Amino acid sequence: MTELAPSRSDIDTKLRAILRDVLGLDAERVERFDDSTGLFGHLPELDSMAVAGLLTEMEDRLDIIIEDDDVDGEMLETYGGLLAFAEAKVVEN
Amino acid sequence: MLVLPALFDEANKLRRLTAEVMQRLDGAGIDSVLPDLPGCNESRQPLQAQSLDHWRQCAKAAAEHFAATHVLTLRGGVLTAPPEMLGWNYAPVAGRQVLRAMLRARTIAAREAGREETIEALQQTGRSEGVELAGWTLGPDLFAQLENTAPQPDSAQIEIDQGAIGGSGLWLRAESDESPEQADALALSITAGLTSA
Repeated sequence: MTELAPSRSDIDTKLRAILRDVLGLDAERVERFDDSTGLFGHLPELDSMAVAGLLTEMEDRLDIIIEDDDVDGEMLETYGGLLAFAEAKVVEN
Repeated sequence: MLVLPALFDEANKLRRLTAEVMQRLDGAGIDSVLPDLPGCNESRQPLQAQSLDHWRQCAKAAAEHFAATHVLTLRGGVLTAPPEMLGWNYAPVAGRQVLRAMLRARTIAAREAGREETIEALQQTGRSEGVELAGWTLGPDLFAQLENTAPQPDSAQIEIDQGAIGGSGLWLRAESDESPEQADALALSITAGLTSA
C-alpha cells in the first residue's frame, strides 16, 4: 500500500496542474479543489471544446488513452469524479 | 518573416500571443506578415474547399509576394509551412492531434444534447464527405490530409517547444488569455536565432 500512495498523489498533482493550465487559475485556487468541486456544467468557461482539450492533455501527461465510451457526465462533473477516473485509467495501463 | 497561425480554435486562443510576438519582432527591426489562410478569418473562400496542400502553396506564394526570408509557425501552422523555408515551429502539433480535440468536442457536445455520436463514425464521415467540427466545416480533402500529416522532421525549420518558453501553452486555456512573458521569450528565441545565423 505504501507504494500506491505516492502514485495516487502524483496523479492528483498532475491533474491539478492540467486544470490550472486549462482554466488559467493560480495554483492556490486549484489546490483548494476538493472531491465535490464542480467542473463541467459548473464552470462556464469549461465548454465542450475546453473539455476536449482537457482530456487530450490528460492522455499526454498521464500516458493514458481515453475512449469515447469513457466520457460521461459523471466523470466530468466533479474534481473527485475526474480524479477517480484518471486513477482507474492509470492502473488499467 | 512569414507568420503562419495555429489552426481553427487554437488560432483564436493564440491570437493575442501571435500579435504580441509580431510587435516584438517589429521592435527588433524584423518585419512580419500574418496572412489569413484561404477559408479562414476574412478570406472569402469557402473553408470546405480547402486542403493542406493548397494552404502550403498559398503560404509559399505569400512568402514570395512579401519576400519573406523566414517563417514562424504556431502549433498546427507547421502543417501549412513550405518545408524548405528557414524558420521556427512553435509547439508544433500533428494534424491528427488537432482533429482529435475537435472530434472529441463534437462528441461531448452531442452527448450533452442527448445525441450519441462516436469519433469513429465522425472520422468516416469526415473522410468521405467532410464534417463540421466545433463550428469549422472541414471538407474531405482537408480532413484526410490532417489525419495523415505530421510536422516534417527534415524541414529547414527549428522547433521551439513550450518548455523553452516557460509557463503553460495558451492554446490549452478554456478562455483566451495573454502572456507578455511568453511573447517575450518566443520573440527572443527568434531574434537570437536570426543574429547567430
